[in-house]
Amino acid sequence: MTVAVAPRRRHAPSGRTLGERLRSTSATTAKYASLVLAAVVTLLPLSVLLFASLKTAPEYAQSGPFDLPQNWLNFDNFVTAFTSGKMLEGFVNTGIVLAVSLVGTVFLGTMAAYALDRFAFRGKKLVMVLFLIATLIPGVTSQVATFQLINGLGLYDTKAALILLFMGTDIIAIYLFIQFMASIPISLDEAAMIDGANRWTIYWRVVLPLLKPAIATVVIIKGIAIYNEFYAAFLYLPSEGFISTSLFRFKGPFGAQWEVIAAGTIVVIIPTLLAFLLLQRWIYRGLTAGAVK
Amino acid sequence: MSLATPGAAPADAPAVLSAPARSRRLRGTRRAAAGGTAAPGGRPAGRRLAGRLTPWLFLSGAVGLLLLFTYWPALNLFWYSVTDWDGIDLTKEFVGLDNYAQVFTDPRIFNVFWVSLYYFAASFAQMAIALYFATILSFSTRLSSFFRGILFFPYLINGVAVGFVFLYLFQPGGTLDTVLAWFGLADPPQWLGNPDIVNWSLAGTSVWRYTGLNFVLFLGAIQSIPHELYEAAELDGASRWQQFWAIIFPGIRRIIGLSFILAIAGSLSVFEIPFIMTGGANGSATFVIQTLQTAFNFRQVGLASAMAVVLLIIVLLVTWIQRALFPDEKVDLT
Repeated sequence: MTVAVAPRRRHAPSGRTLGERLRSTSATTAKYASLVLAAVVTLLPLSVLLFASLKTAPEYAQSGPFDLPQNWLNFDNFVTAFTSGKMLEGFVNTGIVLAVSLVGTVFLGTMAAYALDRFAFRGKKLVMVLFLIATLIPGVTSQVATFQLINGLGLYDTKAALILLFMGTDIIAIYLFIQFMASIPISLDEAAMIDGANRWTIYWRVVLPLLKPAIATVVIIKGIAIYNEFYAAFLYLPSEGFISTSLFRFKGPFGAQWEVIAAGTIVVIIPTLLAFLLLQRWIYRGLTAGAVK
Repeated sequence: MSLATPGAAPADAPAVLSAPARSRRLRGTRRAAAGGTAAPGGRPAGRRLAGRLTPWLFLSGAVGLLLLFTYWPALNLFWYSVTDWDGIDLTKEFVGLDNYAQVFTDPRIFNVFWVSLYYFAASFAQMAIALYFATILSFSTRLSSFFRGILFFPYLINGVAVGFVFLYLFQPGGTLDTVLAWFGLADPPQWLGNPDIVNWSLAGTSVWRYTGLNFVLFLGAIQSIPHELYEAAELDGASRWQQFWAIIFPGIRRIIGLSFILAIAGSLSVFEIPFIMTGGANGSATFVIQTLQTAFNFRQVGLASAMAVVLLIIVLLVTWIQRALFPDEKVDLT
C-alpha cells in the first residue's frame, strides 16, 4: 500500500489523504467483516437448529445440517415437543413461580430499601453488611445445605420451595431499590407526613409509585433469570416440569430424535427473543446497573 | 439520615407542599417536626416503641429470608463439613478436618480444579472479543443496534437451550464438522467424546454464551467516557488505535480489572454448561458438578460441604482481592 502511495506524495500534499483513505477503507472493511463474522457465529448455531426443527424424521436423517427444510410450515415436531414433552406444564409452572416470586421480590425488596434508606435505627449498619456479604456467597455452592433446609421445612418437591428461594436470594434487587430510592427527595416523604400520612401510607402512596422504573428493571432482569433457572428447578421440583427441566428431559425419551429436541429448544428460546425485542433498552440498562454492583 | 430531616422539614415544607397536587389538610407543624423516628421529643412510650419497631416491620420479610436462605445454610455448611453425615442419618458424627484433608489429597477431587483453567483461559478470549466489539460499536457504525442485539442475545438464552444448541453443533457429522469439511478438514475429532478436547468445546460454548454480558458492560463503560475527549483527540490527529490506548482503555480499566477477577470466581464455579451437555463425563466435571454429585448422588454430604466451603473461601478471597485492587470509586478521567 505504501509503495503505491509514495510517488504521489511528492507531487501534492493531497497524496497523504489517499493513503489515509485507503487505510480507513480497509479498516472499515475489516470492521464490517468482523461484525458479520460475529453475527454468523451467533446466528448459525441457532439457525441450523431451526432448520432441523422443521424437517420430518426421514428428511432429517437424509439431509445435512445446512440443507433447508422442504416445507417451512411443517410444525409437526413442535406439536410433538409441546404435547409429548409436556412443555405446557413447564410453561404453566414457570409462569406461576415467576409471577409469585416477582411480586414477592418487589414488595420485600422495596420495603427493605425503604427502611434502609429512610430510617435511622440501631442495627442498620449490621443489616447492610449482612446484605453485602450475602452477595459474595455463590448460591450453587450452598445448595448442599439449602437442600437440607428445604427438606426440613417439608417443602421438597413443591413450587413454594422455588418461590421462597427466588425471593430469598435476590440481594441485587434490594441494592437497585436502595440506589434508586436515594434519588427520590426526602422532602416528598416529609410533605406527606405533614399531611398526616403514616409510614405505611408513605411507602404505599408515595415511594412505591415513584420506584416504578426500578421495579420495571428488577422485574425484567429477575424475570429472565427465573425463566432461565435450571438447577434449582432440577433439584427442588423433580416431579413437575419447569421450563428448563421440561426441556432437559428431552434428552431421555427423544434421545436421537434431534428434530423434536430442536423444536423444543426453539419453543423455549422464542419467549426470550420476544421479550428481548420488546424490552431491549431496559434489559441493557438493568444488566449494567445490576452487574457492576 | 432522618436525624437531619426534622430540622430541615419545616423550612422545606411549604415549598414542597405547594408543588404536588395533594390537597390534604395541614395538621400542624409540630407533628411534622416530630415525624422522624429519631426525634425524641415528649412522645408516649408506646409510640416511641412503635416508632422504633417500624423499620423492622418493613425489613422483616427481606431480612428473615436472608437469614433463613443464605446465612442458615452457610453456617450449616461449616457444621456439616466437619461431620461424616450422609444427609439422611439422624446422628452426625464429628470427624474434625478429615473431609478437608480428603478434598486436598484425593486426586479425583482436586483434579477438577484443572478443569477450571480451561474456562479461565476462555474468559480471556471472551473479554478480548467483547472489548473489540464494544470499541468498534461505540463509534458510528451502520446497523449498530442490530449488531449489538445479536452479540448480546446469547446471554439471555436459557442454559438448557444453549446446551442443546451446542450438543447439536458438536455432534459427529454435525454442523461444526460440516463447516470444517468446507475448509478441507475432513477428519474432525470427537468434540465432546474426546477427554483432551471436551473441555475446550465446553469452554468455547461458554464464550459464546457469556461474551454478550462482557460486551454490554464494556459498551456501557465506554459510552460513559465524555465525548469531547475523542473530539479533542481527533483534532490532534490521533488514530483510532491511539484513541483506544489513550482514552478508552484507561477509561474502562476498572471494569476490565473487575471482569478479570470475576472471571476467576466464575471459572471456579462453572456448572450449567458442562452439567447439561456432558453431565461431567469424559473428564469435564467441574468443581461444582463434583460437589453436587458428591452430595446428592453419592450421599456424602459432609465431604461435599467441605468442598463447598473450600470453594466459598476461594471466592471470598478473590472478592477480597478485587475490593482491595479496585475500590468502589469512580474512575477519574481528567
